[in-house]
Amino acid sequence: MAVIRDVMPAFELFQPSSVADAQKLLEQHGPDAWVLAGGLDSFDWLKDRIRKPKAVVDLSGIEELRSVRTTGDGIEIGAMTTLTEVVNHPIIKQKYGLLAQAAELVASPQIRNQGTLGGNVSQDTRCWYYRGGWPCYRAGGNICYADTPEGRNREHAILHADRCVAVNPSDSAPALIALDARFVLRTPKGERVVDAEDYFIGPEIDITRLHILQPGDLLTAIRIPSTWAGAQFYFEKIRDRNVWDFPLMNVASAMVTSGDSIERIRIAVNGAAARPLRLKAVEDAVRGKPRNTATGEMAGKLAVQGAVPLQFNAYKIPLMRNLVKRAISGVEEATWAS
Amino acid sequence: MGFLEWATSPWGQSVPIHIAWFLIWVSAIAGLLFLMVHATYVMYFAKAREFAGDSSPQASAGIPKHVPRHSLVARLFHWIMAASMFTLLFTAFLPKVGVQFNWVTYHWIAGVVLTVSIIFHIIHASFWLDFWSIWPDKTDVHDAWKRIRRFFGMSAAPPRKFAKYPLENKLFHGVIILCGLSVILTGVFMMSRVRTIFFPRNPYLFSDMTWGLMYVLHGLAGVGLIALVMMHVYFGLRPEKRAITKSMIFGWMDRDFYLKEHDPKRWVVETSSSSSTSSRVEGRGLTDAG
Repeated sequence: MAVIRDVMPAFELFQPSSVADAQKLLEQHGPDAWVLAGGLDSFDWLKDRIRKPKAVVDLSGIEELRSVRTTGDGIEIGAMTTLTEVVNHPIIKQKYGLLAQAAELVASPQIRNQGTLGGNVSQDTRCWYYRGGWPCYRAGGNICYADTPEGRNREHAILHADRCVAVNPSDSAPALIALDARFVLRTPKGERVVDAEDYFIGPEIDITRLHILQPGDLLTAIRIPSTWAGAQFYFEKIRDRNVWDFPLMNVASAMVTSGDSIERIRIAVNGAAARPLRLKAVEDAVRGKPRNTATGEMAGKLAVQGAVPLQFNAYKIPLMRNLVKRAISGVEEATWAS
Repeated sequence: MGFLEWATSPWGQSVPIHIAWFLIWVSAIAGLLFLMVHATYVMYFAKAREFAGDSSPQASAGIPKHVPRHSLVARLFHWIMAASMFTLLFTAFLPKVGVQFNWVTYHWIAGVVLTVSIIFHIIHASFWLDFWSIWPDKTDVHDAWKRIRRFFGMSAAPPRKFAKYPLENKLFHGVIILCGLSVILTGVFMMSRVRTIFFPRNPYLFSDMTWGLMYVLHGLAGVGLIALVMMHVYFGLRPEKRAITKSMIFGWMDRDFYLKEHDPKRWVVETSSSSSTSSRVEGRGLTDAG
């Protein structure tokens, strides 16, 4: 069980100064290596002595991973760019405000100063059974302690659960999906670029990870195309403590309207499943429809189809329905319905 | 490097959680080695098989050109079982060796198909087929002893021809029963840990230790089936066994093969002359349990 000792297990610390060196180290140590970005997720694991890597590769000294660059078609954000830098960057604020909004709602100012965008999208789930060191599915065992009649599962999944019911806790992930971002990975086989939504995986594919990174892989940058620059954005995060908490659920949407009708839209929610969910069915259903309460209600109902609540998280169904409704029709139009 | 993976339960008890996954490769390599050794032996060292006695011309005369071996129902069962078994093996082990896909649903559906087909087979074989034809009998044991002595160059009379199923076939069937029932029985209980249409999830049906042992047994039987299925497919493809494989497709085997390998007294085939009087010596020749 997790016993916080505040003394981390011994490991070999590597502090490479280039991506090439970092990748060489990751390849060299394979599954024994731990990638350290801002350290906010990592130090929990290490101090609780639940994860005991032999080698820790600290990326903080790699300058090339820490900047926001404009490209021919949009921007490229280094994976080690802090959330505060993302929030304050003028181009992000001006054209991709959805990401700035999402990043600004992550935890506290101190955490945003230290936490990185790459770390935020790659962080592990907050399921306390898993983080407590219990031998659950996600930890390589054969049981989910949360998905039981007595399990504490108020924060857990209502969609796409497959043995494990943990959820992804990232705030920036749905915003990046809505912005049609692409994640740049360096793998032993070379560079690989994947759509934001394909970076995340559910337990049905791999029950021990929330993303596609394999040992030896490194997330180096996130590219946001100009497709949705300056669109109408909506981000809302629901959490227990508004000053500082992980999301119970959040929603992010990017929308382009023509007159009163929705011309094109991308919408994603997180906190409902083990991966942030892009709501393609909702996007298809509302395209061409007027942006009003009726469309929002229809979208909300569609979004929660197939939801299966656990013992203590049935509230997430109306929560998700309402968040989607508000994202589509706007807060003024949408009245909160239980 | 242990054969089992262990974990500490919430109660502080050390419990097994599953087998070590390198056993997948152990089983696959063992299966492959068996195939290579057997193929080499047959190609370079095996002597021609010799059987005691011969079919009397009178007995042979009544044997039809196509000797019925497997009924349509038995063949359907075999191929349904084979399809579900392959699905189970691929869905169980491909994700463990790095091919990731959504496997759980396919796995439990294939498991249900296998379970239902096995239950059907047990009932069908018990009440409609010659149940004992697939189990070793005294003659098999005596003949096996003779074959072993002859293999090592010692003196022994030639063995009799086979009944409907050679001893190796019967032993394989026995091992498959052990592995198959192990994965099925444990698998049915394990279904209570995933979301299915059958019953509500109940991971607390057993203690952590019992669950752990169940997962271990499921895994051991599962990896065992990798080697067993490899062997089965290998023998199905061997040229000298082709008549048997064909019979599992078409339901019959050639008269020549039947007379060469099988003893008409041990595997009685209903002939046109005997069908009215049913001159069976042992068993019910038209049926099978394999």
